[in-house]
Order: sequence, then structure tokens, then C-alpha cells
Amino acid sequence: MSDRTSKTFQRKSRYTKDRGIPGAFEGETVTRRAFMTGTAVAAGGIATAAFALPTLGFALGPIFERTEPSRWQDIGPEEDFNDTDYVPRVINIVPEIGEAGRTTIYVRRYNPRIDGEANSDQPYVAISNRCMHLGCPVRYVSASQRFICPCHGGVYDFQGKVFGGPPVRPLDRFYTRVRNGRVEVGDRFSLNSKLERFSPRDPSNHLDGLWQYLYPSRPTI
Amino acid sequence: MKAPTPPLPKFARPAPPRPNELVDDQGRPARPTIPDQARKAGVGVTSWVEERVGLSPFLRGFLFRKVPKGTNWFYTLGSATMFAFLSQAVTGVFLAMYYEPDPSRAYESASRITNEVFLGEFVRGMHRWGATVMIVLIFLHMGRTFFFGAYKYPRELNWIVGVVLLILTMAMGFTGYLLPFDQRSYWATVVGVNINASGPILGPYLADFLRAGAEFNASTLSRFYAIHMMLIPGLIAALIGVHLYLVAKLGTTAPPWVKAKKKELAKREL
Repeated sequence: MSDRTSKTFQRKSRYTKDRGIPGAFEGETVTRRAFMTGTAVAAGGIATAAFALPTLGFALGPIFERTEPSRWQDIGPEEDFNDTDYVPRVINIVPEIGEAGRTTIYVRRYNPRIDGEANSDQPYVAISNRCMHLGCPVRYVSASQRFICPCHGGVYDFQGKVFGGPPVRPLDRFYTRVRNGRVEVGDRFSLNSKLERFSPRDPSNHLDGLWQYLYPSRPTI
Repeated sequence: MKAPTPPLPKFARPAPPRPNELVDDQGRPARPTIPDQARKAGVGVTSWVEERVGLSPFLRGFLFRKVPKGTNWFYTLGSATMFAFLSQAVTGVFLAMYYEPDPSRAYESASRITNEVFLGEFVRGMHRWGATVMIVLIFLHMGRTFFFGAYKYPRELNWIVGVVLLILTMAMGFTGYLLPFDQRSYWATVVGVNINASGPILGPYLADFLRAGAEFNASTLSRFYAIHMMLIPGLIAALIGVHLYLVAKLGTTAPPWVKAKKKELAKREL
């Protein structure tokens, strides 16, 4: 009994010569059939990878490349703006697609009485109209001094902080500067609820508490 | 006296009638009727192909397989979904002849299809409403499978393939919605992409992949167009093949109200 079991468990020799394969060489461990199979599979794999990997990279590339070059846009002379109410302006964020690449911003002068120390290096407050719930366009209602989103009822206060509804963080802003008495608008940045600056994120991405670690920044910014 | 005509050479003589061949009253072979000729030609072509591809055992098994007692109209929902897909594929291919996936041209080309191209309104309407029909049918088909218990062993894999097909169909709806490029499709896509971005960890990357960048840009529309008319239709067609193979291989289930008779079962087991 034990004899038989030991026989079943005896493994075949790893040398082709010991296994009596015709034409086997001394010390050969890989049969020619196994070698040819391996070669064919490897060749097929290399050929597939040769077109699959470049096309995959081609499709995924935009994730890893910076698509918005820094550009400053003139939005008018300093006299057009005040520090108590917003003035709407239309800027191009993707100029090459025409109307679809434009967006509205709401601009006022930085006011230490309202804004305190947050973002005091910015001469102007340029608020993006992109709702931080799912990206619908908010509008500023000056009677109530609130930004209101038409889609799901997001409401933001005068500083763009969340006042009610589903949005997860304050409205994005754009960098501003003054050149020769004219106001210029640059890149977008995002804010958390304390109005601390972050690289631009998509709407619906949280930037507070532990939530912020679930929404990484873009690899390139 | 009339001289005898010389016999015809062998090759010019009419062949004697073959067994079972039609002959006229003088024993000469009669010209077969046109339907007969057509039938013969059809059989000839079919058997020429069949001799070379040998598909008939497969087709016979696939088309004339046995179905359980109680099979009813609900069992046609899957085929109906497939025909909705075929209709979408055909109308979509022809719409692509006039549509231009360029942000500055898309809206004009789409409205040109509706307003100027001959039958354009009809073909675009079929594609637009056919999309809704396909979604409705695929859900009804899923409901039928669920309520008839047709997802149970050994058909779980087919249920999984079906769910993937459902997701792909929804993705078709999402990517196709942008193509008319009017206000509604633009903002629906903005919101839809941001819903994707709200997923943790991978969400932002997925949104950047869909938009081809951080903002809606020049490549977004052509990306959606390529996904809508090449990537997903190819996947759907391949998975429909797998789905149908599994249906034919495993057979369909009887409706739950049809019970096997115990006597017959016992007999078979003996």
C-alpha cells in the first residue's frame, strides 16, 4: 500500500533525457514543445503590448499633462470694480473651442473688513461661477448677496463659502493682479472651508478634514 | 426522296434524360420551370458555401434548440434589445456620414441632419428614440430574468455579462448625449463628468480621462464621439456574442409557474 502511494507521488525527472524524449540533450530541462509554446506566447504578448501600451498611454495621457497654460487675461480697468459688490465678467478658459470655453467670473476688490487675512495677497477676488456640487453655473444675486445654483439649490455667501445645499466647498477663485491700472485674471485655484488655497480640483471633491485625502490633486499641478 | 440527315456528332447530341428528370411527351428533357431553376440555384449556392464553412450543425443547434414548456412572449425581450442595438448601430453609422465631432461644427452639422438632409430627421429620430427604447427593453429583459429566476445556477455568468452590457448601454447613453452639442447636452455632460469626479481616489482621474484634461476642451467632444461610436459598440457586440453563446449552450429556463411533473421525473431517473 505504502509502496504504491510512494510511486504515485514520485515526480518525473526534470531532465528530458531521463524521460526518454527522442533527441534529448544532456542536461536539457525544457522540452522543445514547451520552448516553442513559450516563444509563441511571448511573441504574441510582445506584439500585443507593442500596440496596446502606446494606445493606452495615448488615451490616458491628458490626465498627466498640464492642459491649461498660465495666461493672464485683461478684464478691464481698476475703476470698473469696487470692494462691496461683484461685477460679472466673461473670460476664456479654453479659447480654442469658442463659446463652450468661456466662463463667467464675479469680481470685486479685496476688502480686509470682509475677507480678513485669507488670500490677502490677491488684490481682487475673482470668483468662478462653477458650482462645487456638480459644476452647474451659479449666479450672484446682489439683493441677497448670495451665489445661487439653479440645479440642486446650492447657496454660497458673499465670500463664496457654502451657505446651504449640497456643495462640498467654497466656490473656486482665479488669481488676480494689476498691471498698468488694469485688472488681470490668471489660473484657477480651489479653497477649503477656511479659504485656504489648493490646486484646482473638480467640483464635488472635498478639501476638508479626512475627506481631502480621498480626492488627490492632479499629478501635474 | 429526302436524303437522310447525317447523324449529329456526339458532343452535339442531346443527353438522354437522367433518372427523375423532367421529360416532355417526346421523351426529350423538358426545360425546368423558373421556380425550379431558382430553387436549384439557391440549393446550389447554399451547399457550395456549406461545403466550405460547415456551419450547419452549429446553426441547427443554435436556431432549432429545444425550449422549455411555457416559453412565452417575455422571452423575446432579449432579442428585442438586440434588434434595438442593431438599429442603433445602423442608424448611427449613417448619421456619422453627416455628423462632424468638432466643437465649432457639431451643433450645425446635427441641425443640418435634422433640417436639410433627406430623411435626416427620420434617421436621427430613430437613433434618438431608439436609444430610449433600448434602455427600456434592456431593463425589461433584466426584470424578466430576475423575476423568472433565470439568473440562478448555471446561468450566473450570463447574468454578469448581461449586467456589463447594461452598464455599457448606459455609457452609450451618456456619451451620445453630448454629441448634439446644444446647451442641454453640454451641461448634462459637465454634470455627468463631475459626478464621475465625485468618486473617491480614482474619481478625479476618471473625470480627467473623460474630458481629456482639467477643463472641457477641444478633445472632449471627439473623445466622447470615439467612445460612443467605436469603443463601446465593439465591446457590446462582442459581449452580445458571449451572451448568446451562453444562452444557446445552457438553454433557457421554464417560467417559475411551470412545474416538472414528479411522475415523469421519476421515470427519467429510472
